[in-house]
Amino acid sequence: MPLAVRFRAAVSLLGRFPALAGVDLDVAGGEVVLVQGPNGAGKTTLLRAAAGLVAVASGEAEVLGHDLTRDRRAVRRRVGLLGHATFLYDDLSVADNVRFAVRAAGRNRSIDDALAKLELDGRVRDVAVARLSAGQRRRVAIAALVARQPDLWLLDEPHAGLDADGRDLLDGLVAGAAADGSAVLIASHELERAGAIAHRTVTMAGGQIHAASGPVAPLAPEAREPAGVS
Amino acid sequence: MFRDAALVAGKDLRIEARSRVATNQVAPFAVLVLVLFAFALDPDRGVLTTAAAGLFWVAVLFSSLLAVQRSFAVESADSARDGLRLSGLDPAGIFLGKASAVAAQLLALEVVLGIGIVTFYDTRLHGAALLLVTCLVATIGLAAAGTVYGILAAGLRVRETLLPLLVLPAVAPVLLAATRAWQVALGQSADDGWRWVQLLGVFAVVYVAFGVLAFGPLLEES
Repeated sequence: MPLAVRFRAAVSLLGRFPALAGVDLDVAGGEVVLVQGPNGAGKTTLLRAAAGLVAVASGEAEVLGHDLTRDRRAVRRRVGLLGHATFLYDDLSVADNVRFAVRAAGRNRSIDDALAKLELDGRVRDVAVARLSAGQRRRVAIAALVARQPDLWLLDEPHAGLDADGRDLLDGLVAGAAADGSAVLIASHELERAGAIAHRTVTMAGGQIHAASGPVAPLAPEAREPAGVS
Repeated sequence: MFRDAALVAGKDLRIEARSRVATNQVAPFAVLVLVLFAFALDPDRGVLTTAAAGLFWVAVLFSSLLAVQRSFAVESADSARDGLRLSGLDPAGIFLGKASAVAAQLLALEVVLGIGIVTFYDTRLHGAALLLVTCLVATIGLAAAGTVYGILAAGLRVRETLLPLLVLPAVAPVLLAATRAWQVALGQSADDGWRWVQLLGVFAVVYVAFGVLAFGPLLEES
C-alpha cells in the first residue's frame, strides 16, 4: 500500500509555539493508527495539519501524494476530519447538511446510504440540526464524513458524545473504510476502545512522536474487524 | 468556481429561508429606519421627499451590515468555517456564493424599502430603468465589499463592532453614487444619472475582482 501520510521532522507553529516539533509519521492506506498522549501533546494539531488546516512550517509533509508545505488546499477534498466541533449548520436539516458536504467535495452520489448507516434515515432526516442532541449531531457529522468517502479519515476523539450503539457503528465504519483502502488516524484518550480498532499505536508528547507499538504494515482484513462488528 | 458559487449561495439562502432572520429581523429593521427618519423629519414633508433617495440607501447600507454579519455568523457556529475550508470548495466560488446570497437578500429588501419610501415619503418613481439598474449594480458592489470585509473580520473576537468600521467608509462611494442616480430617477435632479451608475459599476467590478483573488488567503487566515 502507498503511504497516505508521510511526515518527516514536520513542524507546525501555533503563533510562536511549536505545537508539532519535528514529527515523523507514516500511515499506509488501509491502516488504522491510534495517536495517544496527554493533553497538549499535539494530537489535534497533527490531525489538523494532515487535513491541511494548519500549516507545516518546516520539514516534510505529504498527504495522499500532495506536498502540504507547497499546497494545503489540494488535499482537502480527499480527507475527512471529525473534530471536536461538528462543522454543521444549525439551521439546515440533517439531509441538507450531509448533501452539502458531499457536493462540496465534488461528488454527486446519494446520501441515503450514509444516513441509513448512522440510523438517521427516519423522521430525523428532515429535522434541523439545531434541534438534535449532541450525540445525534455527532452522528450527522459522521454521516457527512462517510458520504464523502475520503481516502484519509482523521478522527479526533471520535467516540466522545456517542451512545453505545453509535460507538459500535463508528467502529464498524472505521473498519470498513480501512478494509476499502482508506487510511485512518485516530486521536483519542479512550485507549481501550480506540485501541481495539487500531492496527498500531503511536504516543505523542511535547509535539513529537516518542513511541510506536504494533505492526507497521496494515493487518490482514480479517484481523481488522473490531470486537462486536461482523 | 461557478458550480461552487451556486452551491454556497444555495446553502446560505436555504439557511435564511429556514431561519427567517432576513424576513423577521433585517427587513423590519430597515423599515424601522425609514419610519424613524419620517418621525424625525415629519414637520416638513417636503424634506422627506427630497431626502428619500439618500434615506433609502442609508437604510440599505445599514441592512447590508446585518446581512453580511449574519452571513458569517452561520459560519462561526460549531466551527463551520473550518468545515468550509475543509470542504475543498474553490475560495473564489465561496466568495461569489456568499456575496450572491447577500445580494439576493438585499434586492428583496430594496423592493420592500421602495414601497416604503413611496408610502411614507410621498415619493414618485419616474426613471424605472435607471432605478432598477442602480439597485442592481449598487447591490452587487455592497454585497461584494461586505463579503470581503466580512471574512476579514470573521476570525476576530471584535468582529461585530469592527465590521461597520471597515465597511461603512469603504462603501461611502456607493452611498454617494446610488443616491445621486436615484435623485435623477426620482426627478429631483437634472444630472446625468447613468454617469453615477458607471461609477457604481467600477466599484462593483473592483470589489468582485478583489474578492475573487483575495478571499482564499483571507479565509485561510480567518
